[in-house]
Amino acid sequence: MSYALQSVEALASQLSSFELTARQLTEYFLERIERLDGELGAFLCVDRDGAIRQADIVDSRRKAGEPLGLLAGIPVAVKDNICTQGLATTCASQILDGYIPPYDATVVERLRGAGAVILGKLNMDEFAMGSSNENSSYRSVANPWNVEFSPGGSSGGAAAAVAAGLCVVALGSDTGGSVRQPGSFCGVTAIKPTYGRVSRYGLVAFASSLDQVGPLAKNVRDAAVVLKEIAGVDERDATCVQSASEDYLAEFGVNVSGLRVGVLRTALNESCHPDMLRVFEESQVRLQNLGCELVDVELPHLRYGVAAYYLVAPAEASSNLARFDGMRYGKRVAADDLAETYARTRDEGFGAEVKRRIMLGTYALSAGYYDAYYLKAQRVRTLIRQDYARVFERCDVVLSPTAPGPAFRLGAKIGDPLSMYVEDAFALPPSLAGLPAISTPAGLSSDGLPLGVQLTGPALSEGRLIATADALEHARAARDFAPGYFEECP
Amino acid sequence: MTTAYETVIGLEVHCQLLTKSKLFCGCPSSYGAEPNSQVCPVCLGLPGALPVPNKRAVGMAIRAALALGCTVRERSVFARKNYFYPDMSTNYQISQFELPLNEGGGLEIEVGSRTRMIEIERIHMEEDAAKNLHGIGSGTATLVDFNRGGTPLIEIVGKPDLRSGEEAESYLKRMRELLMFCGVTDGNLEEGSFRCDANVSVRPHGQSELTTRAELKNINSFRFVRKAIEYEAARQWAVVTSGGAVVQETRTWLEGQEKTVSMRTKEEAMDYRYFPDPDLPPLVVDREEITAAAADVPELPVAKRARYVAELGLTSADAVVMTGHPQTAAYFEEVCAGLIRVSDLAPSKAGKRAANFIQTEIMRHIRVEGLNAEIAVSANDVVALLALVVASTISGKQAKVVLAEMVESGKGPQAIVDEKGLAQVSDSGELLKIIETVVAEFSSQAESYRGGKTGLLGFFVGKVMQATSGSANPRVVNELLRKTLGGDS
Repeated sequence: MSYALQSVEALASQLSSFELTARQLTEYFLERIERLDGELGAFLCVDRDGAIRQADIVDSRRKAGEPLGLLAGIPVAVKDNICTQGLATTCASQILDGYIPPYDATVVERLRGAGAVILGKLNMDEFAMGSSNENSSYRSVANPWNVEFSPGGSSGGAAAAVAAGLCVVALGSDTGGSVRQPGSFCGVTAIKPTYGRVSRYGLVAFASSLDQVGPLAKNVRDAAVVLKEIAGVDERDATCVQSASEDYLAEFGVNVSGLRVGVLRTALNESCHPDMLRVFEESQVRLQNLGCELVDVELPHLRYGVAAYYLVAPAEASSNLARFDGMRYGKRVAADDLAETYARTRDEGFGAEVKRRIMLGTYALSAGYYDAYYLKAQRVRTLIRQDYARVFERCDVVLSPTAPGPAFRLGAKIGDPLSMYVEDAFALPPSLAGLPAISTPAGLSSDGLPLGVQLTGPALSEGRLIATADALEHARAARDFAPGYFEECP
Repeated sequence: MTTAYETVIGLEVHCQLLTKSKLFCGCPSSYGAEPNSQVCPVCLGLPGALPVPNKRAVGMAIRAALALGCTVRERSVFARKNYFYPDMSTNYQISQFELPLNEGGGLEIEVGSRTRMIEIERIHMEEDAAKNLHGIGSGTATLVDFNRGGTPLIEIVGKPDLRSGEEAESYLKRMRELLMFCGVTDGNLEEGSFRCDANVSVRPHGQSELTTRAELKNINSFRFVRKAIEYEAARQWAVVTSGGAVVQETRTWLEGQEKTVSMRTKEEAMDYRYFPDPDLPPLVVDREEITAAAADVPELPVAKRARYVAELGLTSADAVVMTGHPQTAAYFEEVCAGLIRVSDLAPSKAGKRAANFIQTEIMRHIRVEGLNAEIAVSANDVVALLALVVASTISGKQAKVVLAEMVESGKGPQAIVDEKGLAQVSDSGELLKIIETVVAEFSSQAESYRGGKTGLLGFFVGKVMQATSGSANPRVVNELLRKTLGGDS
């Protein structure tokens, strides 16, 4: 089987038995990126020399007899809003074009510490604002399943790279569905951890009370390996959950029989693509066959999710993005005075969607409007949290579609921001409530495009969600892979 | 000075806390380093950086608040104050808005012999801005030094209870000394660790409604507080009486020209769009922390002065000098305690003697730097020196000589007295012999003395002191001379 199709554990086994070197594996993926990424645009920057150097170091450590973990020598890629020391980090924005951070994000530090090889930085919607990866100031990303379609966003580059086998696993970020929805569109597994489970230090902030770094992988085991490495308390992030990471791998093989699965019934389901509803049904049947107990559940305030999110997130973003002013780093457009310099720099540096959200957020926070908008939206979050609390009295995990349908064509929604926002209707509520959620590939549409279902659990229940996703993945007859990228799947 | 109008003043004091590191990162917060050498991703506002609160800073803020009689909120919230300016690396300042750490409390001021309590509205924590250096190069560039950015501040908002420039000056002086004695600030106005803005308005006497106020910024010395406020009040009254209206604006005091000028009007005032900082959980302070902070509140200067007067025999004036700096007070108290122990003096006598000596002889040997002071002679040595005077081993005059030698050589007083043979001669027998010799030598003066010119006693005392190289005990000499000379005295 091609390396591009193999799991982390399979590759790790070959690396530790010296059947394969980290350098060989790294060069393998670098060659694939070179050959295949041209039409996808998943990578904004490939660090060939750095990657080879990292691989060589792992190889010598292994030769020297050092005990190494599962991720040692495994080629990974990182979304371009996660700081990598010495490697450009642009958030796909012109305002950070060429910006090179002097420090690593905590998650990058931890991956490097585990010996992972960082191949490069992944394309995304600018500042993580978008659901189609068409808001990148460099170029859009294409879905490997059909290059005329969107890979989803904002971690479109990450999902596409994993789906096309350009890296083994990827790190994305999720604020309102940004790892899960692209995961669903590209047929890969994506985890958004409990808010605070993974350190945000070094993740360029979009909406501070919602952002989380999350792994994308071909299967949930691989994602769990990464999550185990990156999760856990970090004293540099005051919003971190104050506990160590867990051994998520220990959850595998756990019998899910008897698990109570809440099947989310909402009015939204009516507007779902029929293939999504079919796949949703099929997932329920699979879980039932595994011995799970299904109960219907409702989240009465779910319908306010989009509105609440599109007030809270832009509000926080308007403040978080204020630092991009051309004074200390990034792009500066020189002008006659200070105010003009700020205005020109930000006007030329930011794309349309970013500007739209900054204006929306500034408005929502302004005097006279704060109570009606920002404060109100925060209260809706409390109501949604309460909805989930009630639901979790009756079930252990909630099953729902990840997105209303499969990937849409590039260009189809970019002219209508509101229709784009509705793409996140299922993904937003767990974000607003700070709960962990996993999107797992559940089937294909009649056009051959992937569809994912979402599992949501109570805070810090990643272990149980991972076990459930694992059981679901194994219950599917065959694994789907993007056609044309793997020998085994022409 | 009475005026046709009443001046209403509310002072906002920004005071840097003497922590080792900044409020939200581990960078050192000390003054005077090379520009941009005490910075990190957090205080530079680099993408992805996050603030983490400094616990010591919170402890100091609580200590200051308790010293001022404020209540401490068990749950307060850090909020972002959003505005664009190059001295804010993130273009927002992390401050506290709706739920500050402390509220209430007050500070007693003194003008002439009257004291008044000025109420405090609130005290909250916030980070300091970086430093803009204007007019660099050809004069149009501004350079920014981020060393100061992120330094912990407390903002103390006083109610508009002050009524004159004099009162304002007293408030600031008392606030500064209280905070210095608490050990939370070094009170350095020049370096900017203690800053003040004044909100000034005027109104006719008897009116209780507040009128439009102007905010005076850049008042960074006590000398100019009173002048600036008086000027501004007069200026506003002139505007009002000539039919105009006072504009709500920010003004700055120009030291050279002795006037206030407008910086910007409040019409352009910002909507800061305050909201709770989502990177920082609410600041929860438990009872234990408050108790611990309360234990760190020392005896405050006003109480100290009262105690010095009541128990240690000082005058109010002495007490003010002895509490001029926390180190001076500590030194004075150490010397007092030592004297009481060693010489068995009553506290009021020990205090008076110590204060006198320190004021006349030691003050010039004290070098103050922030909250620290270098004093050229240790309290122990001063105690030993004064003990010798109390025991009449040496005279007060001789003590000054010994002190000079102590400062110069670093030796202890007993050693110097022994070396120089300065021990006072008090033995009556010895002195009597010398006195008889002197009286015999100056027999005509002795005659005049006996004839009624009693003022000549001083002449004889001088001669005896000369004969003994100054080491005779003057009191004993006096007594014996009178006896020897006899006459009607």
